[in-house]
Amino acid sequence: MSNDTLTVEIWRGREEGEFQTFQVPRMASQTVLDIVTYVQRNLDPGLSYRFACRVGVCGSCAMTVNGKPRWTCRTHVDKVAGDGTLRIQPLKNLPVIRDLAVDMTEFFQKWTRAQAHFVPTATRGDDFAQVSPDDPRRKEASAGIECINCGVCYSACDTVAWLGDYLGPAALNRAWTLVNDERDGGQAARLKAIAGAGGCQSCHSHQSCFELCPKHLNPTAAIAGLKRATVKAALKGEI
Amino acid sequence: MKTHRNHANYWAFVLHRVSGLALLLFLPAHFYVLALAVEEAATLDMFLSWTEAPVVKLLETGLVILLAAHMTGGLRILAIEFLAWRDWQKSVVAITGGLSLAAGLIFLLNAG
Ligand code: HEM
Ligand code: SF4
Ligand code: SF4
Ligand code: FES
Repeated sequence: MSNDTLTVEIWRGREEGEFQTFQVPRMASQTVLDIVTYVQRNLDPGLSYRFACRVGVCGSCAMTVNGKPRWTCRTHVDKVAGDGTLRIQPLKNLPVIRDLAVDMTEFFQKWTRAQAHFVPTATRGDDFAQVSPDDPRRKEASAGIECINCGVCYSACDTVAWLGDYLGPAALNRAWTLVNDERDGGQAARLKAIAGAGGCQSCHSHQSCFELCPKHLNPTAAIAGLKRATVKAALKGEI
Repeated sequence: MKTHRNHANYWAFVLHRVSGLALLLFLPAHFYVLALAVEEAATLDMFLSWTEAPVVKLLETGLVILLAAHMTGGLRILAIEFLAWRDWQKSVVAITGGLSLAAGLIFLLNAG
């Protein structure tokens, strides 16, 4: 390691605040979350941030790192601190609680608004549904199902920033997996919820969500599917 | 500072908005000039001789490129929305850019 310390600027405060600079020792395979944890354990115990699994499963550690939203536990410092500095901020498009922790309430309320939950049709008396892995709808659903609710896409989406009402890439991506779930019984209500104001038609296909999703999901393609599905349903008079 | 906006598809969006707004300003002026042909032939002739100036030709080339960029970019967006997803989106952006510049070049070659 040529440089043994790294200059790290970390956001302190709420919407109003300032950057505080720390010197953090470099280590091999160090992640951005390692850096934040080092600061909190050794330099300033008052630093607020969030994490749980440390292995890219829980979706709680996302922050803005050198201008881009990232899952910090799986983001290596080597990859993002090319010029030798690291600037860490809370996620954009969500209210800051303190330092690096944001309030995710609105993000999850939008999942509820998008009817992004499974509506069962079978009873416990019924046999398991058989859905072939080759079924085209099953493939669409499978492509989007691995979302960890990290909020990276939501934070990268300018339409969310411009149109506070917009449901955003994560909720719409989840809705698309359900639109393709043949066992689901909530289709008309869901399509109605996502066809209205702030719904899928507001998306401008920027693809920032697709560009940055750490799970390499493609909300832009999912939303394009929803645009077609809602238009089709409206033409048929179903919604 | 790097931001979440720095990728080909976002720049294509910016170009689409700028060219769309430019079209919005240009079209009324364009129709006004066309209307002159009916009403005031002399004014039209004066305007047309103005458009012979090289610097105006250059500006017109810019306009042609913006028009072509909006049309090809618009077709690109419609393809995302109505056709199956393709993984080579960045190439599509490059193709629309190339076609727009080609349109400008053809205009410039014919303008001389
Ligand atoms: C040549 C055929 C055209 C096509 C294929 C086309 C296509 C499109 C599409 C698909 C959009 C939506 C972009 C988005 O979702 O972000 C759009 C936006 C727009 N168009 Fe066009 N358009 C055309 C001609 C025009 C003309 C003639 C005008 C001027 C009157 C115009 C002005 C605009 C404006 C102002 C926007 C809004 C840009 C934005 O939201 O960022 N377009 N166009
Ligand atoms: S493609 Fe749609 S959802 Fe994704 S960042 Fe752009 S506007 Fe947001
Ligand atoms: S779609 Fe990707 S970026 Fe968005 S919340 Fe899910 S995992 Fe995170
Ligand atoms: S800490 Fe769980 S995804 Fe990063």
